[in-house]
Amino acid sequence: MESWRKNPTVFWFLAIPGSVWLLVFFVIPLGLIWFLSFGEKALIDGRISATEISVTGTLKQYVRSFEPIYLVIIWKSIWISALATLLCLLIAYPVAFAVAFAPARWKSLLLLLVILPFWINLLIRTYALIAVFRTNGLINWVLEWIWTPIHAVLAIFSLGWLVGDQFQPLQLLYNDGAVIAGLVYVFMPFMVLPLYATIERLDKAYLEASLDLGASQSRTLWSVTLPLTMPGIVTGVILVFIPALGSFLTPALLGGANAIMIGNVIEDQFKAANDWPFGAALSFLLMYATFGALAIRALLDRSKQGMEV
Amino acid sequence: MNEPIISIKNVSKRFGSSVTAVDNVTFDIKANEFFALLGPSGCGKTTLLRMIAGLETPTEGQIILDGRDMLEIPPNKRPVNMVFQSYAVFPHMSVEDNVAYGLRVTGVPSEETATRVVDALEMVKLSQLSKRMPNQLSGGQRQRVALARALVKRPKVLLLDEPLSALDAKLREAMQLELSNLQRKVGITFIIVTHDQDEALSMADRIAVMDTGHISQIATPAALYESPVSRFVADFIGKVNLLDGKITGTEGSSVVVDVAKLGRITVPYQGKASGNVAIAIRPEKVSLSPEPPGAGRISAEGKIAAWAYYGDVSHMYVDTKDGLRLSVNLQNATRQTVHGLDIGHKVWLSWAPEDVIVLAE
Amino acid sequence: MTMTAAQTTASDTARRPARRPKQEPLDYAGRLWMKALLAVTFLLLYVPIFMLVAFSFNDSKRNVVWQGFTFKYYRVAWENAGLVEAFTNSIAIAVLTTIFATVLGTMIALMLWRFRFPFKAPYEGFMALPIVIPEICMGVALLAFFARIGWPSDLIWPLNLSQITISHIAFAFPFVAVVVRSRMSGFNRELEEASKDLGATEWQTFWKVIFPFMKPGVIAGALLAFTLSLDDFVITFFTSGPDTVTFPVKVYSLVRRGVSPDINAASTVLIVITIVATVLAMRLQAPDKTEGR
Repeated sequence: MESWRKNPTVFWFLAIPGSVWLLVFFVIPLGLIWFLSFGEKALIDGRISATEISVTGTLKQYVRSFEPIYLVIIWKSIWISALATLLCLLIAYPVAFAVAFAPARWKSLLLLLVILPFWINLLIRTYALIAVFRTNGLINWVLEWIWTPIHAVLAIFSLGWLVGDQFQPLQLLYNDGAVIAGLVYVFMPFMVLPLYATIERLDKAYLEASLDLGASQSRTLWSVTLPLTMPGIVTGVILVFIPALGSFLTPALLGGANAIMIGNVIEDQFKAANDWPFGAALSFLLMYATFGALAIRALLDRSKQGMEV
Repeated sequence: MNEPIISIKNVSKRFGSSVTAVDNVTFDIKANEFFALLGPSGCGKTTLLRMIAGLETPTEGQIILDGRDMLEIPPNKRPVNMVFQSYAVFPHMSVEDNVAYGLRVTGVPSEETATRVVDALEMVKLSQLSKRMPNQLSGGQRQRVALARALVKRPKVLLLDEPLSALDAKLREAMQLELSNLQRKVGITFIIVTHDQDEALSMADRIAVMDTGHISQIATPAALYESPVSRFVADFIGKVNLLDGKITGTEGSSVVVDVAKLGRITVPYQGKASGNVAIAIRPEKVSLSPEPPGAGRISAEGKIAAWAYYGDVSHMYVDTKDGLRLSVNLQNATRQTVHGLDIGHKVWLSWAPEDVIVLAE
Repeated sequence: MTMTAAQTTASDTARRPARRPKQEPLDYAGRLWMKALLAVTFLLLYVPIFMLVAFSFNDSKRNVVWQGFTFKYYRVAWENAGLVEAFTNSIAIAVLTTIFATVLGTMIALMLWRFRFPFKAPYEGFMALPIVIPEICMGVALLAFFARIGWPSDLIWPLNLSQITISHIAFAFPFVAVVVRSRMSGFNRELEEASKDLGATEWQTFWKVIFPFMKPGVIAGALLAFTLSLDDFVITFFTSGPDTVTFPVKVYSLVRRGVSPDINAASTVLIVITIVATVLAMRLQAPDKTEGR
């Protein structure tokens, strides 16, 4: 690697286009939003304007986001995302583990199978879940298929009423549960990949040494494997929690009016409700949360600096 | 003391349907001996070691350790411990915690653990570094942590996988001595796996030479060196001159061999080989002189073709009149030994008939 | 030493294949419950998608019950002018995005690979931001930006897709940079030095030694940019207008009206395109064992 001074023309030639693009079409727009978050809808002739925004440096919008109605939504978004992340982790870890220890010729196939859904459009995947969860969707269809013979058998003994005279389909859509399930479904590959990468890279000799020294398989998992794969776990958690927190598509399609998350509120402010300053403030709260998580990760990285042996 | 500590009985290991790593191997290892598995890479020695440790399971055969069949016994329940080639020192634990790990996971009370750890660290001379993290240690220090970690468990057998391969030359020699001393001091069986014959010859009480899954010969270092049983062993251990010959007759306890490009020689031999054989002479058994040798020695006349001078010895290659290239190790026994010798000079090579090894083809 | 009777029988019976009730200690994937877990997970991941694809061929408007195989809903989707237009828009945007994002991303990757400069670490963080921040933040930011600077919104096609395209390029090229960068990290610098030692100029070295090595990474990056753009919903949702609708956005508006097979058909088409592009990308991303060593 050479210093940029050795070849400044090439350096600037390579660096400028991308940097300028990001500056103009990323940094500045974000800056604009940040700026707007300190504004409010302008007062023109004593009436609140629909289009004009006056930036007065006020913290009003931020304060507003802590009002009870919004606080509830923020809190709900956090715990829904956290629960979804946890579920993802619990399912993804054994899956990543299994793929990492699979025989070589199966590995790439299995990995491909895990990644493939990730490449399919978010919208389509979420839409596919609707067909599964709705009242005459797959799950209820299977349940009914199980219910019918049971009911028929019980009816012979006039005990049909035990399972209900009519099949009651489960209301799986339009609640928090559906959103959580949807988030887990959509973000699972994001958790599996970093976990797989870390587990795969782990020197198997550590596990063998632990067994050789007398530890059981579960003790080895707890004392050796988990601590040594922690960086992968942290990456996976961040890769799932942040986008989950900001998601609005999944709650919109699966949660309906009952499971509104921050993302939905932000979307509303910029479309229907047309209150850009408030939307901007909320967006930036989301950004601060992102930066916070990244900072935590950087700190964890630094303290584990010495672990690469 | 008569029962071997490890009995390997007809052990084979196959991977898939095409790769046979270990092929029907049977031998015993005695208690408290320093045993080496020696061979080129791919010969199956590491696989065999791992089967003793329990990290691989034999496809066929039995491994009996201290009288118990190890078949159903997983690695964490066997009375053996291993020092891995990469040391596998847990990077997220201090030196102390690494050494204590094997005791803690088997429920040894903490007071006893603490004392045993201190003793183990002292034995490998790492007491000062007990609180350090592995990334702050050198390779040699990490190896000692791995040693202490295994020995603190008081196993019946210690397995070492290529223990010296990652060390530089100076450290290697020091470690060779240290490991030998350690084995004597601790008084347990050590089994090392190595591809380096110097390591095996200098440290082991007995060596098993392996080649593509089979054992070629098990013997003490001296017996291996001076009485190899096959071309492979003769060639693998040390340097050797190998010539083709044919046994044409016997004379009492000797045989008459027609050696290509050398002539007819009579050498003491009581083995069973007949017909085509290989004749082996170690380079240091060959004398070199400007004058023809006295009676009773096998000789050949030639010119010095190449010469590598190492100060204490010279490795020379001499092309004989009949077209053989023989290697000779000349000890620089006096300050005048190499005086006057140079490439192209005419010299006489000679050796005693008793120093000839006859090998069946 | 003569063999006793007991020893003889022991070695005879020892040749039987060992009974192996336990698995090799580290053969985790071989264990039954692991295999079961993998199977169940894959099942759960893929059943919704299979259902979606399967029911695009179902000859029925609403039901879950299978009523016959038909291509009719593909025709319905095809005849939906709005859908086709949206699809064309998506492809056009994706192609443009791919070209620009690949070029920009590759340049940045090369720059980062080759040069040391002050504040390099923060710069790399800055370059990674579009990958990390929630898409919705970027979406609304771009919406506000284009509105604020008065970006013209009544241009003819394809210029009216410029807002979307520019946004796509902005979030896609850092991904390309990451892909190319990771490919470059496998490059043995000594190849470059050998080339110069043998007399090649900078430019020649680049084209004859560095670029061939980089190519699989560049192609993989390009395919990545293509799929990111084609599939993007959130950012496009905020930067598109009533007459610049893309495929995913159009499907969204249809979905709000409920489940129907023509949506399944349209989605299946998108899935197929995505899978083809992805498999190609993976094939090309696999490190070539003969290069760079």
